[in-house]
Formats: sequence, structure tokens, C-alpha cells
Amino acid sequence: MDFALDKQHEMARSLFREFAETEVKPLAQEVDETEEFPMETVKKMQKYGFMGIPVPKEYGGQGCDPLTYVMCVEELSKVCATTGVIVSAHTSLCIDPIMTYGTEEQKQKYVRALSVGEKIGAFALTEPGAGTDAQGCQTKAVLDGDEWVLNGSKCFITNGKVADVYIVIAITSITEDKRGRKKKNFSAFIVEKGAPGFSFGTKEKKMGIRGSSTYELIFEDCRIPKENLLGPEGKGFPIAMHTLDGGRIGIAAQALGIAEGALERAIAYTKERKQFGRSIAQQQNTQFKLADMATRVEAAQLLVYKAAMAKATQKVYSVEAAKAKLFAAETAMAVTTEVVQLFGGYGYIREYEVERMMRDAKITEIYEGTSEVQRMVISGALLK
Amino acid sequence: MNIVVCIKQVPDTKGGVKFNPDGTLDRASMLAIMNPDDKAGLEAALRIKEEIGAEVTVLTMGLPKADDILREAMAMGADKAILVTDRVLGGADTWATSTTIAGALRNLDYDLIITGRQAIDGDTAQVGPQIAEHLGVPVISYAEGIKIEGDYVIVKRQYEDRYHEIKAKMPCLVTALSELNVPRYMTPGGIFDAYKKEVTVWGRADLKDVDDSDLGLKGSPTKIAKASDKVRKGAGEKVVLDAAESVEYIMGKLKEKHVI
Repeated sequence: MDFALDKQHEMARSLFREFAETEVKPLAQEVDETEEFPMETVKKMQKYGFMGIPVPKEYGGQGCDPLTYVMCVEELSKVCATTGVIVSAHTSLCIDPIMTYGTEEQKQKYVRALSVGEKIGAFALTEPGAGTDAQGCQTKAVLDGDEWVLNGSKCFITNGKVADVYIVIAITSITEDKRGRKKKNFSAFIVEKGAPGFSFGTKEKKMGIRGSSTYELIFEDCRIPKENLLGPEGKGFPIAMHTLDGGRIGIAAQALGIAEGALERAIAYTKERKQFGRSIAQQQNTQFKLADMATRVEAAQLLVYKAAMAKATQKVYSVEAAKAKLFAAETAMAVTTEVVQLFGGYGYIREYEVERMMRDAKITEIYEGTSEVQRMVISGALLK
Repeated sequence: MNIVVCIKQVPDTKGGVKFNPDGTLDRASMLAIMNPDDKAGLEAALRIKEEIGAEVTVLTMGLPKADDILREAMAMGADKAILVTDRVLGGADTWATSTTIAGALRNLDYDLIITGRQAIDGDTAQVGPQIAEHLGVPVISYAEGIKIEGDYVIVKRQYEDRYHEIKAKMPCLVTALSELNVPRYMTPGGIFDAYKKEVTVWGRADLKDVDDSDLGLKGSPTKIAKASDKVRKGAGEKVVLDAAESVEYIMGKLKEKHVI
């Protein structure tokens, strides 16, 4: 067993770090303050292939593995969690299901455009009444001739409005089981921006990741071509769940990056900040806190990288993804909270980045499956 | 057309430099990077490749770990990479280095050779022009712009307050300034491809038309008596004033120091 990264991954990390420090970090506070989607940064990431890292070259991607992709989200999130989630939602939640379940035509048409940087992707499952209980979705799709007609709405959609391609989960039939209980059968669809009847509702104002574009999607007799059904009809729910398994690894990487970024700043700050005639890093209280945080961050990194490796080599990686996301998200929250405390009053001031990091961290415990959902997945596998 | 870009792995001097007790650079303790002027030269070559088509080869002389910058250059878009490394080449000054690189270049077909103006570790700016001299090709140094027109290269050569536009028939050697451009990033896929490619490794035996007496430490006429980091100035004094007040403040300071 070897924990050392090979040269390719080391060099990829140095690339992501340099890009993040040079192109992303200088804008992070502004992106948070103005709540504006960092389109210029995304264009640069498109140019350098960051939007299709784990995609095979024949579909316009970089031909790298999930670990490289995870390191990209990690390094971006160290300086700006908004930028991290843009890449994560685009790659894990939009490209990945098309790569996994799409027809050759769908892959050539959508994965290529998404990977080479012509288009941005998003994923829409959540509805106002259906969060953790995704079965509660109401959005419906009916086949009418050569077109599917969608009706309903989706909420909290990351990359909403800026995306060009959306994976949308909708009910396509309701069947009854032997006992007469109704069962919703979901299907997955590829919906393009501009489809007739597809519009955007409210833009959400959020606590953190404020530059990420979070919108409500509205489908009113939205018509899409018949061939935009993704995967077999009626298999939308397992497609969504499998997609979220991959997405959780991306969010785990985002959470890991936030924690690492906060820890780096804490190390620098506590060495400079003087109280009682010496730096606070010379106080044992600080030293022990830093030690605990560093240990926890490294444990999170091992879980996240293990999940990325599992995605590369295994068909099913739900438990690895759930453990990585659960631990990394709770680490991000705990570490950023502690770092704000170490910064004292300055930590509470918006000029200092750690305040933003603490706000950004919270969402990682909520989206793409709450920490409670991750515990359900992990315990479910233990007790089955 | 064939472009050879000579690059060098240098210690990142941004955070200051460290020396061994014998006065040589403590390279092991410093992060190694591609020399910035060389990187601009590589970017210029890659742009020519994109515009008119060219095969770009990167060449370096150094320790085996200089492989890293050759991979980086390929991850940016260079087609081929050559590492010249041999124990007998160690300790080379600019003369022995340029002799070595010229010996390697004699094996290659080139229309244009691009080197950086100077390396941030030695700051001599001698190796590029010396290579041209050894090979008997024209050299245009301090390039802040490079254009190809048929068999000619047109270079904007930088001066303090102006530039000269110089046209030379290729083959020709140009030394590049970091101001020439902003080098591109690598791509993730480019990195993985770069590690799949082969780096050609040459030793002393592969150098053409060179004498042993011109190589390595023994072939280096330069002897370093002593080396030290530049003395760092203090942080200085920072004042924030409006324009009029600033002028008054600066004039006051200059008078105080008897400058004016």
C-alpha cells in the first residue's frame, strides 16, 4: 500500500494550485460579496480543460482519473468554494450520468460540448417538497408523439441559469403494486436551455457559496425531443442515486479544500498574531488545536482520495462516497468554526476570509445528501 | 519548421536564495521551477506552432530531476524533449554550458532556437548568445516580440526606452524576455500525456564536435570566489497621502537626505 502520489498527480496538483492562487483567489471575496457567478474564471477553466477532467479524450475530455478531478475541486475550494462547486456540479452531476447512461449520440453531442468547455452542466432532482425524500418529486413527463412534455418545478439547482444542459428527473408513470400501493416511476432527461416551456424562477440568496448560481427551474409544457430520455424509461431514480454517489465525492473534495484552506490561514495567522507578548502559535492551546485540525484534515483527505480511487475501480462506491462526504463535510464545519475562533474578533470580520469559509462549509453538510443521509447509507450497508 | 527551446530548471528565488557552505546554491532546499524567461520563450514557440505549424523540441542540460520541467514543457504543448545529463558535465559555467548545449544542438535540425534571456539563479545572460556563437548562427537578444515571415524571423529587441525591430534569416537564435507573453498553463490531460511520452536522454558521448577540455567544471574558466544573497532592505515606510501631499512628502524626504 502506497500513500504517495505519482508524478502526474503531483504535477496536476501544482497546476491546480497555481491556477487557484493566481486566477481564483484574488476574486474570491468579491464573488462572495457581489454574489456574482465567476464567468470569467469558468471561461479560463474551460480553456484549460478543467471542465472535463475525468472524461475520456474521445469525448473531448482530458482523459484523467477521478482522483485528478477531485484534486482540482479540492485546490479550487481551498481558495474559493464557489468555484469548486461549479466544477463539481458540472462534472459529477451532469457529465457523469450522460457518460454512464447516455447513448453514443448523447455522449458525442453533450459530453463533448460540456468537456471542451462550450457548455455548462447542471442536475435537477430536488423540489420544494422533495429533498431527502426524493421520491416525493412531483415533476412529470409525458410522451407526446416525438416529444416528452415536462411539467413541474425544481429548486436549489446549482449552476441554474448559467448552465446550458440540465439533467432533470421526472415521473413518467405511476404503477400499483400487488397490495394496491402506488409507486412513482421516474426517468432522467437531458434538457437544454432554451427548450420551449423551460424557464427560471427565483435566484436563491444563500449563506455561503454565494457566487454559485442557485435557481429554481420551471417547466410549463416544456417540450424536449424523445431521444433526450437518458437511460431506460423508469430508471430515473437509480440513475439519480448513482449520480449523487459520484457527486458526493466532488462535494467531499470541496469540503476538504475548505478545511485545508482554513487550516493554512490559521497556521499563518497564529504565527503572526501576538498576544501577551508572544505569538498565539506559541500558546499550547493553539498548538493542540492546530494539531487536532491537521490530523482531522488528513483523515478526511484519505477518505476522499479512497472514494475517488473506488470510483475509478469499482462499479458501486456508495459507501465510500458517503463516508468521505460525511467526514469531510463535518471536518470542514468543525475546522472553519475553530479557525474563526483562533482568529478571534478578526475571524468574525468579513475582510478576513475565514468568515466566508465558515459560511461556505455549512452547505457541504446539506447538499447532495445531508450528513444524516450519509449515515443512512453507511449504516444501511452495515446492517443489510 | 523546427523550433528548439532551451530551458533550465532553476531554484525559485521568489522566497530568497540559500547557499551551501562552499558558496554554491543549495538547490535541494529550494523549489525547482522552469526559468521564467525560458518559459516565455517556450510560449512564443508554442504560439508559432499554433499559428503556422512547427515542431517544438525542448532541450535542457541538468540533473536527472530536470526531467520535471521537460514534462511540464510537454504538458504545455512541446512535442519532444531532450535531457542532456552526465556527471562529467557537472559544475559547468556559462562557457562549458553553452559548449555542451551547442554540442547537443548539432544533432538536431533547427530553424529557430529560443533561449531565455537569462536564468534567475545565475543572471548572466551569456549562454544564449554563446550557443549562437558556437553554432555560427545570428543571435537576437532581449526579444519582446517574435514573428515569423517565410524564412525570416522578425524580433522586437527591447531597449530601455525603445525597441529595435530586427529581421534575420533563419536559422537564428533568439533570447526571450519574460515580458514577451504570459505563458499558458498546462492542461490536466497534457500532464498525463507528457508522462506517457519519452524524454530522450543524452550524455557526453552524444555531444557533437566538442572537446572534453571545454566541458564541466574542468572546462569552466569562471571561478566563483564568494557568493552571497543580496542584502535585503527593511520593509520601508508606508504612507498613504493624496497626490499633492505625496509630492510634498517625497520632496521633504529627498531634501532631508540631501539628494536635492
